[in-house]
Amino acid sequence: MLADKDRIFTNLYGFESPFLKAAKKRGDWDGTKKILARDQDSIINEMKESGLRGRGGAGFPTGLKWSFMPKESDGRPSYLVVNADEGEPGTCKDREIMRHDPHKLIEGCLIAGYAMRAVAAYIYIRGEFVHEAKVLEQAIEEAREAGLIGKNACGSGYDFDVFVHRGAGAYICGEETALIESLEGKKGQPRLKPPFPANVGVFGCPTTVNNVESIAVVPEILRRGGSWFAGIGRENNTGTKLFCISGHVNKPCNVEEEMGIPLKELIEKHAGGIRGGWDNLLAVIPGGSSVHMIPKSVCDTVLMDFDSLRAEGTGLGTAAVIVMDKSTDLLRAITRLSAFYKHESCGQCTPCREGTGWMWRVMERLCSGEAEIEEIDTLLEVTKQIEGHTICALGDAAAWPIQGLLRHFRPEVEHRILEYKKTHNAA
Amino acid sequence: MSVKVKNAEKFEFTPENLEWTKTQLAKYPENRKESCVMPFLHRAQEQNNGWVSVPVMEYIADFLDMPYIRVHEVASFYSMYNLKPVGKHVIEVCTTTPCWLRGSDDVVKACKDELGIGFGETTEDGEYTLLEVECAGACVNAPVIAYKEEYYEDLDEDSTRKFIRDLKAGVAVKPGPQNGRFKSCPFGGPTTLKDMAPKGATFGGDE
Repeated sequence: MLADKDRIFTNLYGFESPFLKAAKKRGDWDGTKKILARDQDSIINEMKESGLRGRGGAGFPTGLKWSFMPKESDGRPSYLVVNADEGEPGTCKDREIMRHDPHKLIEGCLIAGYAMRAVAAYIYIRGEFVHEAKVLEQAIEEAREAGLIGKNACGSGYDFDVFVHRGAGAYICGEETALIESLEGKKGQPRLKPPFPANVGVFGCPTTVNNVESIAVVPEILRRGGSWFAGIGRENNTGTKLFCISGHVNKPCNVEEEMGIPLKELIEKHAGGIRGGWDNLLAVIPGGSSVHMIPKSVCDTVLMDFDSLRAEGTGLGTAAVIVMDKSTDLLRAITRLSAFYKHESCGQCTPCREGTGWMWRVMERLCSGEAEIEEIDTLLEVTKQIEGHTICALGDAAAWPIQGLLRHFRPEVEHRILEYKKTHNAA
Repeated sequence: MSVKVKNAEKFEFTPENLEWTKTQLAKYPENRKESCVMPFLHRAQEQNNGWVSVPVMEYIADFLDMPYIRVHEVASFYSMYNLKPVGKHVIEVCTTTPCWLRGSDDVVKACKDELGIGFGETTEDGEYTLLEVECAGACVNAPVIAYKEEYYEDLDEDSTRKFIRDLKAGVAVKPGPQNGRFKSCPFGGPTTLKDMAPKGATFGGDE
């Protein structure tokens, strides 16, 4: 188990005040000026050395992403945008950072912004997080008053400001280009790439979009060194990670753990085990609703990191572990997710706009059993037609939960249909 | 919807809100004031009894030099802008899978029973509106209700009934977990950061 001294988010549960005085006591804003005295390339190299992979779901190396930003301005300013539009079902980690440890995020914005030569950061927070936005804004205000951000931030000679922008209830705005559109005052509909945000992002300027957790761990990595972070976890899957364990466990919770912790250990140590014991486990969605579910046989041994989960045909995503015990109607669980994606599709691409609704309606019928066996294959075929054929990954995200269900639990789906036929033909 | 919306009254920001708009305009580059459309809609909705009418949209469009349709597009795209009148108290119940697994069906039942309305409906006296929402992002504290600016978490049928009865009686309900637990810490006490726990804190199950 990760030792408390290696934890970054020491106020994860809000045991202490989120504000400046307490945050400084926890080590935030310590030696920031010294970090800002380093040249940008050395900071980016240190981030690369840490092995940090983006915590928003895709797992792209953070240092590498920063290095795509222009080193010399062509007259346009550069921006850092923080994706705080947390809405992937199962995920609730960034909320904890913003309401309990906001100074880690603000200091991270300053350092990351400096490293990519940005003039300001916009934190795009989901609209429902009103309380969290207020705490964050208050923390930004006190950082500004203390001279930590703003003109001559931390006495470094570098000017940098941080702003909060509230969303208004659209899951799609978690997609980076939709988020940028939304920040510009438009509907959150994803853009075609290229051009990538590092060339043309918000306001037509070079932009990097990073997840809250990715940015909030930056100050600690630079204070303790990239090698410290790289020494935790496994190769290519380094560092600590916030896990959200929800569903049928005895004690659902958030917890910071080492990357690559066995799923079973994670659940048993921190979440009080599966309701009714480990053998009562049916399946787990290990990385937020968009990834394939895995059956108990995989859960027995799988490690919680990008590569291990990928090898099992699923993903770490946001590390939101949704646990389902044997009492779960898996068809209903996935049908509800299909309804979610149908609701959240932005309507721009036909395969997703039409497909999410179609998949949901078929799932509803499979769920009640009022379907034909052949429809299972048709459904699978349609998920493949949607996957990879849309501008953004929402189409994929809608297809994968269904594919995961059919991959591991197809007999259950067939059984449901046959049972329905039996009872209704008899009647 | 459209008929009601068209008959809505004229709208303009109060002097206080007008002052506040300056703080928002200052956040974005000078030639990018359309970025204020979302914060303005949020604020206008608050001022306009919880919903965004056509006059609200037109006022904001004129304010930001945007075509009306662009503001209408934004207001209708995002689910948090109500395009028709709502009750004084808007109760939002999350029913997405993580909440459903933890019993959001019971929470929904309790809400419907206590309020006598279904999703998307407002009580006749105009006091309560009940809405179904997609993932609220507090899944380890499921099931969740969002009300005003806070989340009410770890609900079951009984605590939901109590929550609504207290609302009706004007009794203040403490936001956060309703089962005695400490925020998103495991029920009964933390497994990590134990030394940081405040003295005298309760974690649920210890009364």
